[in-house]
This record gives sequence, structure tokens and C-alpha cells, in this order.
Amino acid sequence: MPKITYVQQDGSAESFDVPAGMSVMEAAIEVGVSGIVAECGGNLICATCHVYVDPNQVEKLPLPQADEDVMLDSTACPREENSRLSCQIEVTEELDSLTVTVPEEQ
Amino acid sequence: MTDVVIVGAGQAGFQLAASLRDKGHAGRVVLVGDEPGVPYQRPPLSKAYLSGSLPGERLALRPQAFYDKHGIELVSGRVVAIDRDRHRVALADERELEYGHLVLATGTRNRELPVPGSKLDGVLGLRTRADADALRERLDRARNVVVIGGGFIGLEFAASTAKLGLSVTVLEAADRLMRRAVSPAVSRHYRDLHERQGTRVLLDGSVVGLHGDHEVRGVELADGTVLPADLVVVGIGVVPNTELAADAGLAVDDGIVVDEHMSTSAPDISAVGDCVVYPSKHFGGPLRLESVQNAVDHARCLAARLTGVAEPYASVPWFWSNQFDARLQIAGLATGHDEAVVHGDPGKGSFSVFCFRAGQLVCVESVNRTADHMAARKLLAAGRTLDRAELVPDFDFRQHVAAIA
Repeated sequence: MPKITYVQQDGSAESFDVPAGMSVMEAAIEVGVSGIVAECGGNLICATCHVYVDPNQVEKLPLPQADEDVMLDSTACPREENSRLSCQIEVTEELDSLTVTVPEEQ
Repeated sequence: MTDVVIVGAGQAGFQLAASLRDKGHAGRVVLVGDEPGVPYQRPPLSKAYLSGSLPGERLALRPQAFYDKHGIELVSGRVVAIDRDRHRVALADERELEYGHLVLATGTRNRELPVPGSKLDGVLGLRTRADADALRERLDRARNVVVIGGGFIGLEFAASTAKLGLSVTVLEAADRLMRRAVSPAVSRHYRDLHERQGTRVLLDGSVVGLHGDHEVRGVELADGTVLPADLVVVGIGVVPNTELAADAGLAVDDGIVVDEHMSTSAPDISAVGDCVVYPSKHFGGPLRLESVQNAVDHARCLAARLTGVAEPYASVPWFWSNQFDARLQIAGLATGHDEAVVHGDPGKGSFSVFCFRAGQLVCVESVNRTADHMAARKLLAAGRTLDRAELVPDFDFRQHVAAIA
């Protein structure tokens, strides 16, 4: 199973085995990662599951769709080049060892 | 620290409990709900959960471990009375809970259809997971589905059902769909959309009775027509659950009356979510709304006050509804608008309606146009308006808002 690592602002990190097909957001909610809010339940309307993807791994992800791109303009913490909404990142075998950092606020 | 007891474990109650812990509240947090299991999301009940694409375990807002980890006590039961002098609430099974601060997040219940036959088997509403489960079971053997009420819930249900290939008729008493929530242009677009998918939409269709012996068999309209039906779904609006508050002597006026800090007429009792009437900055008067945004933002505002940072409630209302491949997103309130300008191309399924009241932009309704929706939320939150003359065909709302920010 692919392993996903969530890093908090204080540098602490937790890693979990996530079944392929789940989103990085769903997995975070399931295991109780702090700082992933996901108010709309993955409907791409609230921008509260923002994460920063490890810059060295960004290229492994498909580019954001138009709606995600728009929503990323409205995140509580500044949008960076590696900003993504975790509800739109579907876990696949290729994403094994993906690391994302949870922002200060959502 | 104060012990907070929250009555109602829907979206607002859950969010308040989570936000209190997030903001460092150290007292007890007790969340009382009258449905089985952990608090769950309601929006998918008429969409992904109903169609089976969202499995039951994904419906929970958080797993049980979240409540354990954050010391949020989930109590299963129904609160029947508030004893304000003794600072206790009484449950139906005679247990009592003592509170330092009490929060009512009692939500709403479905309005009942006031015609003969409304209690027949096969006549259902859609509010709870149990309702959705009952509907799913019925859908397996239904042939003729009639939806009474062309609002969000009824139409989302109709869309999910039509996708299963069933014959669906939507009956709406008003002259257009979603009349209470959207402008005429959006109503028209959704009527066309549903009809194109094979759903029959009857406007000005008032129901006088439901036929059947034990199981429902038909729906009789005012003109005498009887539509065959073996499943009837009623979605004709809601009634706020205010009885607890009224019995306790709190101010109630089609909702539990709160001030801009979510406080009821008693300083140690607050209320949040669908059940409250609050002074809306954007509406310019008392308002009661039924939405996830309203529930979540009320709860966050109250959690901030209870943990020492009181700010008056000022969030812009927003809503969404997914039907077929159309994403309807609404920012602001269209109520009382006197001008509606359509921007984009409804024929291509992507457009926004800009609603003005006395020259001020009050609401933007977007269909498959998330960029406009987000721009509208930002503009309205900043208390700014839009000059109607800006709305030329190649106007880019997202760029416009980014440029003035």
C-alpha cells in the first residue's frame, strides 16, 4: 500500500499506509491528521484541505483541474507553486512515499 | 474552564465541538445527538450516498477516534427540557447533563405534506441517513417515482434517481423550480436540464391527496389528474426545531433568536445553525438559513467567542447544489433583487447570473463557473459591489476581483 506522510508546521510527521483510490484528504480525515478540515467533504468548494506537496514530488502529480486552480486562489494560507487541495490528489501506487505539509491554517 | 453542552450533533454541533478544541477550550465538550453513530455529512444523502458511489463509512464527518483523541464526549439521546436555574438539560431517558454554557444546534425537521394519504407506506422524506437507507431500499423496486417539491433536495434526489433509469416526475407548487433560492434564469436552466434527462417537471402542480390502501399508488393533483406512484418523496421545506428554546422561555421567531454573537436572550445559552434567526449584515435584517456554510461559520464564530475572541458574525452566505453534471454555486442572497444579468452562455451549460438590488450586487449564481463564484464571495465579503456596466461579454470576474483586491 502507498505510504503518505503528513508534516505539521512544527516539523512533526506522521506516515500512513493508504489504499490506492482514496484521496489524500480522505485518508487524513480517516486517521485524524490535524489541520485538514475538509468542510465540504471533497466537493471542491471550500479550499480547507490545502496542503503543500514536497517540491521534489510535485511533478509526480497530474496538474490541477481548472476548478481546483480557482479554489487554490482562496486558501487561508498563501498559495505556493506546490499548493494543492488534498481532496483532488488520488492516491496511486506511483505516489508511494508522497509527503505533504499541512499549512498553518485552513 | 466552562463545560459546554451542545444539543444537536449535525454539522453545526460537530463543528462547534471541533472548533472549541481547536481553539484550546479546556473544559468538557459534550455533544448530544439523537441519531445512531458518529456525526455525519448530510449533503451526500441526496447524491453520492443515495446512488451508492459514496460508501457508508465515508459519510462520517470524523471517525470515533477523533472524538476520543480530542476529548469530545458523544452522548446519544434526546434532550427534552432545559432547567435554566439548575443549569441542566434533561434527556428523554431521565438522565441529566450539567452545563456551564449551553448551545442549541437543534436544526430543522421536514415540513409534513398536509394532505390525506401522506402517512402511506412509500411516502418518504430525506433528512437523515436512515431516510436515505429507506429510500435506497425502495428505489430497488420502484417504477414510478414522484417528487413533491422542486427545491434543492427534491431536485438532487430526482437527478440521482433519473440516473438510475427510473421514471421520475417532479411536482412544484410554484411557477418555477427552486423559487425561494434562485433567480428565474437559473430556474429555467434547471427545468430544461431535468427535462432533457427524461424527468417530467410539472409546475403550478398542487397535490390534494395521495392514493393507496397501505402502500402509496398515486398522487392526485388539484385538477383531478392522478399520477401513478409507488414511491413519493416529499421535500417541501423545513420547520426549525425551536420547542426546547421556547419552553425554556428563550426568544423565538421562526427560529431561535440570537444576536450577532450567536447568543440567545439568555447569556449562558447560545444557538447556531439552521435553527437560528440571526441579524444578517448581508441581508440587512433577521435571517434564517439552511446550509452547511451557515452551520460551520456560526459554529466557528461562537467557538471564538467562547474561547475569548468575540467578533460579530459577518460571513457571506454561500450554497451549492450538484444535479447531473451541473454545479450550482451561489454567493450572497438573491432575495428582493430587482435586476438580474446573465453572463456567459446557458446553452453551453456554463454561466453566472449577477443579481442587483437598487444597483448593488447582492448575489451571484454560477452554473459550472467556479471562478465567478469564488470571485463573488471575495467581493461580497469585502463589502464591495460591481458596476453593472462592467458586465460586457468578455468580462473576467476573477481578474476584476484580483485587480481590485
